[in-house]
Amino acid sequence: MHNTDIKTVADVKTGPKASRLSKFLSYMRDHYILYLFLVLPIAYFIIFKYVPMYGLLIAFKDYNMFDGIFRSPWNNFATFKEIFAMNEFYRAVRNTLILNSLDLIAGFPAPIILAIILSELSNQSYKKVSQTILYLPHFLSWIVIGGLAIQLLSTQSGLVNILLEKLGIGPINFLTEKTPWYITYTLFGVWQSAGWNAIIYLAAIAGINPELFEAATVDGAGRLRKIWHITLPCIKPTIIILLILNVGRITQIGFDRPYAMGNHLVNDVSDVISTFVYRVGLRSGRFSTATAVGFFQSVIGMVFLLAANYIAEKVGEEGIW
Amino acid sequence: MDTNMKNKIFDMTINVIIVLAVLACLIPMLHVASISLSSNAAILSRRVFIWPVEINLDAYKVVLSDSSMTKSLLFTVQLTLVHTVLCMVMTILAAYPLSKNNLKGRNFFLLIIIITMFFSGGMIPDYLLIKNLNLLNSFWALVLPGLISAFNMIVLKTFFSNLPDSLEESALIDGASYLTILVRIVLPLSLPVLATLSLFYAVGRWNYFMDSLLYITDSKLFPIQLKIYQIIYNNMQLEISAAEGTMASNLLPESLKAASVMFATIPILIVYPWLQRYFISGIMIGAIKG
Repeated sequence: MHNTDIKTVADVKTGPKASRLSKFLSYMRDHYILYLFLVLPIAYFIIFKYVPMYGLLIAFKDYNMFDGIFRSPWNNFATFKEIFAMNEFYRAVRNTLILNSLDLIAGFPAPIILAIILSELSNQSYKKVSQTILYLPHFLSWIVIGGLAIQLLSTQSGLVNILLEKLGIGPINFLTEKTPWYITYTLFGVWQSAGWNAIIYLAAIAGINPELFEAATVDGAGRLRKIWHITLPCIKPTIIILLILNVGRITQIGFDRPYAMGNHLVNDVSDVISTFVYRVGLRSGRFSTATAVGFFQSVIGMVFLLAANYIAEKVGEEGIW
Repeated sequence: MDTNMKNKIFDMTINVIIVLAVLACLIPMLHVASISLSSNAAILSRRVFIWPVEINLDAYKVVLSDSSMTKSLLFTVQLTLVHTVLCMVMTILAAYPLSKNNLKGRNFFLLIIIITMFFSGGMIPDYLLIKNLNLLNSFWALVLPGLISAFNMIVLKTFFSNLPDSLEESALIDGASYLTILVRIVLPLSLPVLATLSLFYAVGRWNYFMDSLLYITDSKLFPIQLKIYQIIYNNMQLEISAAEGTMASNLLPESLKAASVMFATIPILIVYPWLQRYFISGIMIGAIKG
């Protein structure tokens, strides 16, 4: 709005055929501060986000430190041929997909159920205290959670194994055997995120028109019926959009969680793309190879994300049904 | 009568589920806190569940007497403060101009920023950048790379653009500069969202581990997460060897490890109740946008 005023002032001063330059100068005189504000943030994005994108070139080169990125010779996709011939690469891709699928199966419904139950609680202060405690794990680092897991599941002094043994089961090596490790990884994921992720569903439930519930009560519907016929259909758009966005992230995996929960005994199932890139690139110094793996993941990940965003937007506009 | 009965059963069921969920959240922390406070004998005889047995503070004495632990904690506090302040300054500097719909070139700048949410160089190019900037083993390697989260910037931009225009317009007519307007009008109106974003940046910095693993080898610059990772990791090796039956069990590391984990967690637990009223409003703003 403001700069429309400015334009009019400039028009009056210099006549209708004023050069675009003088218009531009007049605009800049009034707004240059806004551009000054942007200098540092844009410089940040260029240096810390775009320069590394340029650095991806080393995936296509025989990189060596002395020649630098620009002067290292092209290698005719040899790096990609190399990674596509590595068994460990396929293992990392497979593990990434498996662990993310487990997260989706167990971790996606949990916050929905939790939010529905929380919204049914009638005592507000009780509800608030429960929420505060349920959000807490989200604020712990994966290193701390890994530490908690090791202690809780230890075969010597861990609570879980002591209790299991009282029931005549175990001990189970939850962190060092493959199948139990999957369970540990997935459950701690749910533990960390279910409460926090319930917030968005709680908001969706809070936005439901209360008249719907009142009308259902008059018609004699019980509470389960109301959940099934009102709450769930009303939050269905939120559920579907979040599901699409979560599926869109299925090829992406953070580093801290698999690194903190994994160890060399379960490498076969815990080594994912991020930890693989770390091992190959920084531990073995094979920068080109590791960058190619990362590049492969970035491209696939981007395609998934863009597709998910596109579908979510479509669905959001058309209202799902 | 019948519906009343059903209602009671329903209420009881959901209350039981919530109590179980709350317990599930607390028990891992209570167990580790108890291990850290219990005597070796009690741990060895497997009597420690979710309350300390034969209270004993030796593990904390050991942790606190290790000056590298307290130094690492202070370093992390300092790192978190500096990082959070700089993040907020940079995020505000980006969000305020971009909240103006008629800013020329706005879409171009937004595009530059949004592209980075979908595509990135990745771990190795990031590492080579830090190396080429000569920032390996420096404080700034942990501060600079994460200065602006594109997502937080968009949340703040959306918040700014939803503020009523009339306030700013009258100030502009009175001849105030954009800087004055930002500092005197816009920021005071945005305190809740600023508090929320600061909380996210601060918790993110406090908890983030990967960058220190990549960029820091000098133990004087170890953030607390890297420090406790090393303690836990060494014990992990011990436990694995024990599981393989090659090493006799020694439980002192258990309580030491537990005390270290608690040492890194207690600061979060202290500020958490105090900060938690901010983040609900914050995530709501993010949710509306996302």
